[in-house]
Amino acid sequence: MRLITHNMLQCHVKGCTTNNFPLQIQDAELETLEAEFNPGFVQRLIPKLHWGALYHTAVSLGIEDLPEQMPEEVTEDLLRAIHKVALETRVKEGKAVCLGCGHVYPISNGIPNMLLQDNEV
Amino acid sequence: MSGGLPTPEIGHITRSDYRNVYEPAEDTFLLLDALEKDGDWLRRRSPTLALEVGCGPRRQPCEHAIDRPRCADVVHGWRRSGSGCVTAFLGQVLGASSALYLCTDINAFAAAITAKTGAVNKIPVDSIVTHFAVGMQQRIAGAIDVLVFNPPYVVTPSEEVGSRGIEASWAGGVDGREVIDKFLPLVPKLLSPQGAFYLVLIKENRPAEIMQHMQDEYGLAAEIVLHRRAGYEGLCIARFWRPGTVEKQ
Repeated sequence: MRLITHNMLQCHVKGCTTNNFPLQIQDAELETLEAEFNPGFVQRLIPKLHWGALYHTAVSLGIEDLPEQMPEEVTEDLLRAIHKVALETRVKEGKAVCLGCGHVYPISNGIPNMLLQDNEV
Repeated sequence: MSGGLPTPEIGHITRSDYRNVYEPAEDTFLLLDALEKDGDWLRRRSPTLALEVGCGPRRQPCEHAIDRPRCADVVHGWRRSGSGCVTAFLGQVLGASSALYLCTDINAFAAAITAKTGAVNKIPVDSIVTHFAVGMQQRIAGAIDVLVFNPPYVVTPSEEVGSRGIEASWAGGVDGREVIDKFLPLVPKLLSPQGAFYLVLIKENRPAEIMQHMQDEYGLAAEIVLHRRAGYEGLCIARFWRPGTVEKQ
C-alpha cells in the first residue's frame, strides 16, 4: 500500500463516525518503489489528496519531506516531495488502525484488507 | 486485438492460480478493445484516478463448469475475479505515470495477483481487499475518472448470488442483474465530473434498460462502445459519463 492509497482509506465499522480518518499505520515495514516522476500527474493529484492526512502519516513513519501546510505556490521541489512520499513509499507489512474505534485493518504483502466480519458491518 | 497496444503480460499467472482468478477471456478482451478504442476520448479528459472493481471469490475449477447443465452460460462467469489484466492495459492506454491505478477485490489472492500483474507490466497498481469500494467511498467520492467493472453477469437462481459457495463467483441472479444493480447506485457517487464508467454486460442483462435507468435516475449519458457475439452471450461494453462536461482540448 503506497501512502497515496492509504490517503483514500477510511474506517467503515458500523457506528464509527468520528476520528475514523486517517487510519494510523502501526508496525510498519516500509519499502521504496521507484516510479517515474510525472509532474503533471502529481499536480492533478493534489486536489484529490487530503494533505493533513498525508503529512501526519508521513511524519508518523519518520518521513519529513513534506511541509505541514500545503504551500500556495506549487514548485517542482514540492511535486517531487509529494511523488516520493505518496507514490514511492509503500507499506509492505503492518496494520492500519482506526483511532476512533480501534479496528485493525491488516496490511499484508503491500495490500490492505478492508473487509470486516459480518457482525461489524 | 484491433489496435497497436499489446495485451498485458500475464505469463506469471500459473494454471493453479487460475483456479482462483479470472483467466482473461472474450469479455476481458472486448473490454481491452473498448478502452483502446476510447483512448483518445479518455486522454482528452486527463484522468488522474482509475478504479477497477473486482468481485469476489473465484474458486470454480473447470471440471465443475463442465458438469453443470448451464456450463455454457457460466464459461465466462466462473473466473471473473480480476487478474489485473484490464488495469495493466488501462495503464498502457493512459500512461504508467499519468494516473493512479486502484483495484479492489474481495479475494486476497486475486488482489495479490492483480498487484503482481501491474508490476510485471510496469504499471504501478494498488490493490485493496474490499467489496466494491467499501472503506474508500467517502474519500474517493466524486474523484474517480475511470471506473471499470466486469461484474458477475450470468443469469442464475437468486439464492446463488453472494453465497459462500463457488457459484457466487459467476452468479448474477435474476437477469444476471443482481450484483450489477447493487453497484449502479455507487457510480454517480464515485465518478468525477469528467469521469467515465465502463461496464461489461450481456444481452440478458438488458443493456438498453440499464442505460435508460442511469440516464433517468442519475443523469448519466450512456453508449455502447463495443459489442460482440461470443457464444450466445451477446457481450457489450457500455460507457457512462456525465454529459456536457467540458473536454480538454
